[in-house]
Amino acid sequence: MATLHLEKERCKSCEFCVTECPKEALSTCEDLNSGGYHYVEVEEEKCNCCGLCYVVCPDGVFEIRAQ
Amino acid sequence: MKEMWKGNHAIAEGALRGGLQFYSGYPITPQTEVMEFLSFRMPELGRHFVQAENEIAAINMVFGASATGLRSMTGSSGPGISLKQEGISYLSYNDLPAVIVNVQRWGAALGTLDSSQTDYLRDTRGGGHGDYRIIVWAPNSIQETVDLLYEAFEKAEEYRNPVEIYSEAALGQMMEPCEMPEFKERGYDLEWSWDGTDRDHERVDMDQKPIHHTAKFKKIIENEQRWESINTEDAEYVFVALGLPSRVARDAVKRLRSDGEKVGLIRPIAIWPYPKKAFEELPEGIRGFLSIETTDMGQHVEDVALAVKKGFKTNIPVYVHATNQKMPKVKEVIEVYRQLKAGNLKEAF
Amino acid sequence: MAVARKIPKIMEEPTAFCAGCGHGILNRLIAEVLEEKGQEKNHILILGVGCNCNMNFTWGGDKLQCAHGRATSVARGAKTGRPDTLIISYQGDGDAYVIGLSDTINTAYVNTNVTTFAVNNTNYAMTGGQMSWTTIPGQHTTTSASGRDCESTGNPIKVPEIIAQNFDVAYVARGSLHSAKEINKTKKYVRNAIEAQLNGEGFSLVEVLAQCPTNWKVSTVDANEWLKDKVVPIYPLGEFKKREGRDDK
Repeated sequence: MATLHLEKERCKSCEFCVTECPKEALSTCEDLNSGGYHYVEVEEEKCNCCGLCYVVCPDGVFEIRAQ
Repeated sequence: MKEMWKGNHAIAEGALRGGLQFYSGYPITPQTEVMEFLSFRMPELGRHFVQAENEIAAINMVFGASATGLRSMTGSSGPGISLKQEGISYLSYNDLPAVIVNVQRWGAALGTLDSSQTDYLRDTRGGGHGDYRIIVWAPNSIQETVDLLYEAFEKAEEYRNPVEIYSEAALGQMMEPCEMPEFKERGYDLEWSWDGTDRDHERVDMDQKPIHHTAKFKKIIENEQRWESINTEDAEYVFVALGLPSRVARDAVKRLRSDGEKVGLIRPIAIWPYPKKAFEELPEGIRGFLSIETTDMGQHVEDVALAVKKGFKTNIPVYVHATNQKMPKVKEVIEVYRQLKAGNLKEAF
Repeated sequence: MAVARKIPKIMEEPTAFCAGCGHGILNRLIAEVLEEKGQEKNHILILGVGCNCNMNFTWGGDKLQCAHGRATSVARGAKTGRPDTLIISYQGDGDAYVIGLSDTINTAYVNTNVTTFAVNNTNYAMTGGQMSWTTIPGQHTTTSASGRDCESTGNPIKVPEIIAQNFDVAYVARGSLHSAKEINKTKKYVRNAIEAQLNGEGFSLVEVLAQCPTNWKVSTVDANEWLKDKVVPIYPLGEFKKREGRDDK
C-alpha cells in the first residue's frame, strides 16, 4: 500500500493541494514551519495517494512511496 | 612569405589562424569585410559563422559560444560596439574570454565613415555598466593586427576576460604586405566551460566578486602593459600616439631628429592596461608631452596626463594635437611641435 | 493504483519563489522530463532576467545567467558550442516577449535547435508587477494603475501564435498551471519540446500561463481561479505547431 509523505519545511501554504484534493484529506495546520508558513497536513485515513497534490505543488512538498 | 592583405581580411584570417571557432556579427562600414570574409572562410574550415539580426544578438551569441568553450569573436564599428556594451559587461563579469574587433569610424551617433580614434575613452574604460575593464590592443600596421589577433584568444583565456582589437577605418581598408602565421588551435577543453554536466565553473560568490575582479584587473595591469618607445633615451619632448597616427608621429620624430631636435615617441600598444611603465622609464628633464590623435577634443591625452602627472615629481605640461577625422600629416606635426616649443601652444593638462 | 512520485534530484533545493508561484510547478515539470530522458547531466538552462533569476540558487543542473531578453541568442551560441547538450532558455514574458521579442522571433526564424520555455504571468513580476505586453485588458499593474488600456498600449501579445503561423519551427504550444489536469497537459508539451530538440527537429517553444498571486494581489487559491477565468480565455491552450508525424493529444 502506498503512503503520502510531506516535507513540511518546504511548504509555503499556497493551498493548491488543499483545493485540488478530491478526498478533502489535506488542510493547513495551526503550527508554523521555520519559513513562517502554516504547513499542510494530511488525514491519512482519507488519502488514497492519487498524487494530485504532488502534481499541483509548486514547492515539492509531497512524495508518494509505493510499498 | 609576405603577401598583400587588406586590413579587414587580415583581421579575419589572423583570427582564424589564432583558433577562431565562432563568429557572429552584423554588417557595418568599415568593418563589413571582416564578416564577409569569414562568411565563406569559416564554413570552408568547418567553423561557425552566424550573421546575426543585430549587434546585441551577435554579442550574446558570443556569450553563449564562449561559455561553452568556443574561441569566439564579434566585430563592428563604433555604433555597433555601443550596442554590444551590455554583452561585453556580461562577458567580463562572468569571466568569459572573447575577442571583439572595433574598426573605428569617426563620431558620435551615425558619425561618418572616416577613420578615427573617437571610441578611445569608451573602449579603455570597459564601455558598459559596472566597474570592469577589457584588454585593448591598438595595432598600427596590418602585420601587427594579425600578430595581436593571433595572440588574443590565448590572452583572453589566460585572464578569462574579453580582449579588444582597437582598429581604425583606414587600417581596415588599406593593404600592406603581411605574413600570416600557421594555424593553431587550443586543442584542449576549458575545464570551467559549460558542458551541461553542471561541473565546477570556477565562479566566485557574489560577495567575493569585487575582490576577485579587482585582483584580476590588477594582475592584468601589472603584466600586460605594452608599448614601443622610439628615441626617448635623451628626449626633451615626447610624442605619444597610437594606431595609425603613431606612424605619422614616428616619421615626424625621424625628421625632427635629423634636424637635431631631441624628440621621442611612446606608442602604446595596449591602451588598457595603459603603459604607465613607459613613462617611468623616461629620463629626467622632459619638458613636454604631445598626444597626437584622431579625436575631436582629445581623449588619449587624458591617459597621457594621468601617466605624466602621477609619474613625475615636476608638473610637466601635456599637449594635444587632435585632428578629428583627418589623419595628421608629418609636416603638420612638425609645425605643431615648433609652436609648442616656442610656447605658442596651450597645454591640455 | 497509486504511483510512486518523488521530486527530481534537480529540484531538491527548495525554490526561492513566492508562495503559490507557478514557476515552481514548471521547474518540476522540466526537471521530471529531463530525468525521464536521462538528461540531468546533459542540459544547460539559459536563464533570462526576472523571477527565474532565483533559479541560479536552486536549480540543480547546469545553468547560465544572461542579460535581459537575450537568452535565445545566448542559447544559439551555446548550442553551437555544445550541439549534443540540451540547450534550454527559461524566460518570463517580459524577457522573451517584450525586451527579447527580437531574439525570440529571430531564433524561431532561423529555427535553431533549442528550446524556449516562456512563463507568462501577465506582468513584470520580479520588479514588482509592472505592465507587460501580455498583461490582460483592464488588468491593474503598477504601470497601468487604472487597468490596462489596450487602445493606447496594445493588445495582449501572442508570440506562440505568431511563431507557429509564420515560421518553420519544430514545436509550439501553450499550457497553463491552474489545475492538475492542465499541469499534466503542460508536462506533455514540455516533453514534446525537449524531445524535439533531442531529435534535432528545430526550435521549440512552450508558453506556460502561470500564477502570480503576489503581483496580481490575490490569494494563492484565488490566483488559480483568476488564471483560469481571466487569463486562459485570452490565451488559448494547446499545440499550435505539432511535431512532424505526431499527433499527441
